[in-house]
Amino acid sequence: MRRLGKVLAAAALAVSAATAPAMAAEELRIGVEGAYPPFSWKEADGSLKGFDIDIAHALCEKLGRTCVLVEQDWDGMIPALLARKYDAIVASMSITEERKKRVDFSAKYYNTPAMFVVAEGSGLDVSPAGLAGKAVGVQRGTTHQCFMEKIYPDAELRLYATQEEVFLDLAAGRLDAQFSDSLQADEGFLKTDAGNGYGFVGGPQHDLECHGEGAGIAVRKGEDELLAALNAAISAIREDGTYKTINDGYFDFDVYGD
Amino acid sequence: MDETRGPSLLDAIRDFSENASPLDFVLIAQHWEMFLTGIGYTVLLVAVSLVIGGAISLPLAVARAYRIRYVNQAIWAYVYLFRGTPLLVQLYIIYYGLGQFEPVRESFLWPVLREPLWCTLIAFVLNTAAYTTEIFRGAIEAVPHGEVEAARAYGMSSWHRTTRIVLPNALRRALPAYSNEIIFMLHGSVVASTVTIVDILGAGRILNSKYYLAYEGFLAAAVLYMLLVYLVTRGFRLWEWRWHAHLRPREA
Repeated sequence: MRRLGKVLAAAALAVSAATAPAMAAEELRIGVEGAYPPFSWKEADGSLKGFDIDIAHALCEKLGRTCVLVEQDWDGMIPALLARKYDAIVASMSITEERKKRVDFSAKYYNTPAMFVVAEGSGLDVSPAGLAGKAVGVQRGTTHQCFMEKIYPDAELRLYATQEEVFLDLAAGRLDAQFSDSLQADEGFLKTDAGNGYGFVGGPQHDLECHGEGAGIAVRKGEDELLAALNAAISAIREDGTYKTINDGYFDFDVYGD
Repeated sequence: MDETRGPSLLDAIRDFSENASPLDFVLIAQHWEMFLTGIGYTVLLVAVSLVIGGAISLPLAVARAYRIRYVNQAIWAYVYLFRGTPLLVQLYIIYYGLGQFEPVRESFLWPVLREPLWCTLIAFVLNTAAYTTEIFRGAIEAVPHGEVEAARAYGMSSWHRTTRIVLPNALRRALPAYSNEIIFMLHGSVVASTVTIVDILGAGRILNSKYYLAYEGFLAAAVLYMLLVYLVTRGFRLWEWRWHAHLRPREA
């Protein structure tokens, strides 16, 4: 009987072109990170907070489905999606060609530029020649790693599991520079006590091949209905002001980009 | 000429590896240099820490076995501290913990503690020295008392008794247990990859994260670790065969 129920539910899902009520049947599991403030972080009580988390909840509401947030370390994010530990990733994941080989992406839900952060007064020149031989920290498996390897092959690249560890080592003085999302660096480091005496340098850096066109929601290939529903939900929260409310809770400008 | 012949065998293998095979072995093979670097770092870290840790542990073990007052208790506390806590925690305290303190960062130690490789070596040396001290201590205490007495009867000084009778005997006995410590150290060395060192596991993690794979990197790393363990056990078998020659059944 149970199996029949499942078949019926799947059939209903297929027939109704991704309308919200029909999908309410099964819970949606969403992979999130939790070590990337202000997009996601973990409170002392273990609960998850942040822009990504709020967006995930808002999208679920629009989809009319119950959501379960599943925490996952960054470098296992896509493998865990493919292993069906969850069905979608809402974790500030940039839409890139390399990732598109493994997963499908929704339209972007935000886009912010990447920048270098160095100690103020270090006078470091962040050109490829200036950073040759300098220790630069990035998070492993990010678009920033791709960017550094491509544009800055002579820098001494150090790879970390989480962005928080990159900031720790920058503050400890082990790194000459770090490269990451500018907004995340600003909120997660520069505006905190640890970020005192550090600042952006060199302006926004962008490489389309590495950085892609913004952060999107990843789903397994072939899940076109879920993808269509997510895209519709992103448009819906943009239009009805939910996005703006969430956005304004974290930032003083629209992170959606243009 | 070749271009006109359509897809070559090499292309076919590449295509099979990327699309049909459950394991993208061509991708692993293409990154052999990264894994080679990884082997280099793993072997370097384990070998250097075993040599230094072993050298430190020998006098500590003697002091423990001979129950030298106060020194014995201090060494006991050190051994307990490092055997009682996980290696990962020790490394984190040395690497992330010490770096938090301004005085540490301004001290003469910082040029050393700044480098992930040195931090890892320090943690590994302290860890393996603690374990090895206990192995050697046990072996020293297991030396038959009669041999020591005989040496004394010959008029050997305490130094000569230790270096000529006790230690050669004890180290031989410690060999099997010590080979375990080497393997544990080899396996424990994976924690180096958490502080940006590209050891064998670090190379595997980079491969996984770069191509969003689930297990290619880990599997390659596992095979390499197995290979190293095989070499260690093989080497020790030869060594035991030599050093335990007197225990071998006599050939007719």
